[in-house]
Amino acid sequence: MLVLFGVGYGLVTSSGSATAAQQVAPNAAQIAEGRTLFEASCASCHGNFAEGTNVAPTLIGVGAAAVNFQVGTGRMPLTANAAEGIRKPPEFNPSQIKALAAYIQDLGGGPPVPSAAQVNPAAGTYGLGQQLFVADCAACHNFVGAGGALTYGKFALPLSASTPTQIYEAMLTGPEAMPVFNDLTITPPEKRDIIAYVTQVRAQPNPGGFSLGRVGPVTEGLVAFLGLLLFLVLAALWITAKHGKAHE
Amino acid sequence: MSVERALEGTGTWLDDRLHGARGVRVLLRKVFPDHWSFLLGEIILYSFIILLLTGTFLTFWFQPSMTDVIYHGSYLPLHGVRMSEAYASTLNITFDVRGGLLIRQIHHWSADLFMAGIMAHMIRVFFTGAYRKPREINWLIGIILFTLGLLEGLFGYSLPDDLLSGAGLRILEGVVQSIPLVGTYLAFFLFGGPFPGHLIIPRLYILHVLLIPGLILALVTAHLFLMFHQKHTQMPGKGRTNKNVVGAPLYPYFMAKTGAFFFFVFAAVALAATFVQINPIWLYGPFNPVAMSAGSQPDFYMGMLEGALRVMPAWQWVPFGHTFAFNVFIPALVPLGLLFTGAALWPFLEQWVTGDRREHHVNDRPRNAPTRTALGIGMITFYGILWAEGANDVLAANFDVPLYWITWAARVGIFVGPVIAYIITKRICLGLQRKDNHLIEHGVETGIIRQLPGGEFIEETRPVDEDSLAVLTSRTDYPALGTADTVESDVPPAGMRGGIGRVRERLYKVVTESAPIANGHGNGHGNGHAIESNGHDHAAIGTGAGSGSGPGGSESEDGHS
Amino acid sequence: MSNPNSPDSGDTAWQEYLTGGEQTASAGGASTGGASAAGASAGGSGAADQPEETAGPRRVIGTPPPAAARTLLAPADDGGAQPLVRELPSDPDDPARAKKAELVVAACFILAMLAGFGFLVAYGIVGVGSITGAQHSNLLLGGTLSITLLLLGIGATIWVRQLMPTVELTEQRHVMASDPKDKAAFKETWDEGAETSQFVKRPIVRRSLIAATLPLGIAPIFLLRDLGPLPGKSLDTTVWRKGLRLLVYGTNRPITPAEFSSPGSIISVGPQGFLNDDDAMAKAAVIIIKFRPGEVDYAPGWRPVANKVVENWTVDNIVAYSKICTHVGCPAALYEQTTHHILCPCHQSTFDATQGARVIFGPATRPLPQLPIGVDKQGFLIATGDFAVPVGPSFWERS
Repeated sequence: MLVLFGVGYGLVTSSGSATAAQQVAPNAAQIAEGRTLFEASCASCHGNFAEGTNVAPTLIGVGAAAVNFQVGTGRMPLTANAAEGIRKPPEFNPSQIKALAAYIQDLGGGPPVPSAAQVNPAAGTYGLGQQLFVADCAACHNFVGAGGALTYGKFALPLSASTPTQIYEAMLTGPEAMPVFNDLTITPPEKRDIIAYVTQVRAQPNPGGFSLGRVGPVTEGLVAFLGLLLFLVLAALWITAKHGKAHE
Repeated sequence: MSVERALEGTGTWLDDRLHGARGVRVLLRKVFPDHWSFLLGEIILYSFIILLLTGTFLTFWFQPSMTDVIYHGSYLPLHGVRMSEAYASTLNITFDVRGGLLIRQIHHWSADLFMAGIMAHMIRVFFTGAYRKPREINWLIGIILFTLGLLEGLFGYSLPDDLLSGAGLRILEGVVQSIPLVGTYLAFFLFGGPFPGHLIIPRLYILHVLLIPGLILALVTAHLFLMFHQKHTQMPGKGRTNKNVVGAPLYPYFMAKTGAFFFFVFAAVALAATFVQINPIWLYGPFNPVAMSAGSQPDFYMGMLEGALRVMPAWQWVPFGHTFAFNVFIPALVPLGLLFTGAALWPFLEQWVTGDRREHHVNDRPRNAPTRTALGIGMITFYGILWAEGANDVLAANFDVPLYWITWAARVGIFVGPVIAYIITKRICLGLQRKDNHLIEHGVETGIIRQLPGGEFIEETRPVDEDSLAVLTSRTDYPALGTADTVESDVPPAGMRGGIGRVRERLYKVVTESAPIANGHGNGHGNGHAIESNGHDHAAIGTGAGSGSGPGGSESEDGHS
Repeated sequence: MSNPNSPDSGDTAWQEYLTGGEQTASAGGASTGGASAAGASAGGSGAADQPEETAGPRRVIGTPPPAAARTLLAPADDGGAQPLVRELPSDPDDPARAKKAELVVAACFILAMLAGFGFLVAYGIVGVGSITGAQHSNLLLGGTLSITLLLLGIGATIWVRQLMPTVELTEQRHVMASDPKDKAAFKETWDEGAETSQFVKRPIVRRSLIAATLPLGIAPIFLLRDLGPLPGKSLDTTVWRKGLRLLVYGTNRPITPAEFSSPGSIISVGPQGFLNDDDAMAKAAVIIIKFRPGEVDYAPGWRPVANKVVENWTVDNIVAYSKICTHVGCPAALYEQTTHHILCPCHQSTFDATQGARVIFGPATRPLPQLPIGVDKQGFLIATGDFAVPVGPSFWERS
């Protein structure tokens, strides 16, 4: 499976970068720092020149976006051999991540990190984002990005902690089981609409009360039984209890 | 007092026209037995009343139309989005009508409580045997009400035409379509054409606000009338026989208690509607047939059907150019159909097997009907496993279990689970019966240890008090199936002949299996007859202490070790 | 015979039980309207009891139920000569406790009233018209309403439990089965009427009546015929035709293979001109997936082959499948690029996208139909025909 990863990433074309906004050109120092970090933390799995090994895919052509996403969300370095990487506190600070990304980008090309303007939720349209999200994303991530189950122990994680940049990068690079939505299929403005939807809906207050995780009727049914019915059984016990008799 | 005179005046005025004094007096004095589990039915009744009230409120604003509109209301995120009028009007109720969201949520929580109450009430009636003669009609009415409630809820939450409930309608259409011979016709007639069409919401609306509530109202009225006419059952206890009702009169006691309970029911759904969000359709978005979400489930009372659809393997048969889509119409029709048909036939089946055609007005303690209780638990297990399977992707995501494992566990579980549950429950019931027998025979342990002159230590017991004794000794005496000594020849009685007869006899043995009270004093209806002393020497306080010593005493003491 | 005051009406079986087989007291005793519980049967065994089926509960004198239940011993009520006997005590069991309870109950009700007013005030001053507005309104209106109701319930319960004396009354039941005499009378009345009506004696009239009402009875079913059109062949086809462009759903843009070039991509598309037509999209929704070379199990030729992808229906390793699940019709939108499984979130039917979307798990029985695609002169992806098989859930007429 991981080898397939390698083949996959290796063949990602640079189509994404054709319409990407301007990136600050990384300098040689950053790239050098990146190489140092890479050799220390990543080469053992990904190979000395990021060519991939039998335990990790090649990073040639994955681009700065993929590195920024994977390392920035703490998925990489992978600490446990799970069905998929999990978001956890990142091991590297932001400038180190930039350096790693610069190195990989320089090494093999690929989609760059999106600019701030590209991921600005305020510039996106919630309505269109909602339409795209429920058609293409909600089947894994749920209506509002609360997450869902995939097969064989994998799951699509909740999007509650994802930054706009990370959302963009995930769509662009298709991490692990997630499909790829390059910038010509879902254009940058459309990606921005999706980001607007995801970030705004999760911040939206719940006018009806506790949201129960926005999971839906499953949790509502639990509340109906364990909450309402139980409360009423207790009320019935009180109303019909006999005086002076403790639990008869 | 002028109030009293006003009441008297009104009463006289009515009586002059209705001849009601005696009849109403009887009604006011009617005795209602008092047990907490008898209030479960009231949960349903009061939820229904709340549904009618809040539902009427909602109809003043809801538009049951699938015509497309562009939204321009108060929920700004969806500005400019194309949606149906039904969805837009629901957003309007939620965000633009004061109290609209509250009433919507009360309505939906009441619906959930209505169904949960039906399940609880039905289970109580089943396990206490309150469906037995003369209440079989009420039992059947109840099952019909359960079915109507399922439909009513399904149609109700589909009315806002949101993405989640729209997916449910799509599934409904696919299920109807799969029915052999007539499926496609039924689906096209229901939806007025291909899915989704523009007629399904208005049609469901009139079913939801007029037809089904009317049926429910009529059946609930019949249900309550029967309950009044036949008088409610009562739990076994002292002074309670099959020929009386012991309790408090309707006026003022039962009225007060039921009034208090009404407020509790209303308070419960109001609390839920205030603090717990339900059916946030603005988050689901308007329905469109291209979109879908993970974790899509119907409301919980449809969960069993949903689970059945998920658990079914991919079976179909395609002979001669036609498809039997077993994978769809079997889970849709068979599990629930079996359960409801079985439940409907159960009172009559039980009558046939046990030969017991007497009236029963005293409830059984579940342990005293071990087979019935075990069967009931088995069926609940079956239902529960399918119900859990309906939420399999939510369970998988939240408990970190691979998705397919849950489905496989359910596929095995629906066959193995009920059997195991039956066996375990039956053993537990018989064990509890033995414990009761022990209490009856030997009394309650007091914790007082006494040393006998011979050096042995015994624990003193005291007899069970009368109330508890009445409860403990209430068992249903099953009549013996046409025994040979009632006929004069070797020919067995009519109901016992042939293969059916042998089946009946075997079933009879299974159904009536129980741990009998040792002295054979199962006196049928718990009418308070005390167990006679039979000469056993119990180390009971207050009895002749002298009998506690010697061989007779130690004999009984061994039984207490 | 139909005198409701007759001592025999409906009560013989239990009458015997109650009186131990003796029938005492004549009909005269029963004709008094209020003779309800006729005084007490002493000691619970047979006595001069005439239970009135229309009167109230009987008092059974014997060992009273425990826990302070009250039954009053009173002289027999002979209907009218003496005033009716009081059956319910007028004062609570524990007057001292009741006094305190009274204050608690009153406090509950007064607080409930205040909360009720709070509801009215909240309605007036808290506006809706936004998400936070709805939130505040819901909290205030719901909170005040809940408090009112809860306090009413609590107050009423304490009232019943502490202020009202505990009472346990006993009422006799009647055997459900009617008295044989009544049943016989009923049968006679019924038979009488049937005979008089001539319904039984004149078969021509009877049968022709039934025949006349038969069509009327079936008429409502006929009236439902126009509920919908007949399905005909409409389930067999979709709106896809040769030359219709694939437009990305939501953005309505056509797409070229050069744009949709990242392996592992998927996107939902629909036929040009139909994206806002829900009826069409319910069957015409399509997903296109981009594979790497060598991933797909191709079949040569132009006709569908089981478990394989028709190569001539693809463009540059881009495969198009119907998005409508063949189980019960949900859009099957979940795609795992690593396993190339398409998972329908409704009931977990799983399809392998590299093998003609064959079913590998779950209740679906048929693979997702493949849409034949190509490119037009401008290079945009188009359909080159409709699906070769019906889309969506199975139905009877599908072969």
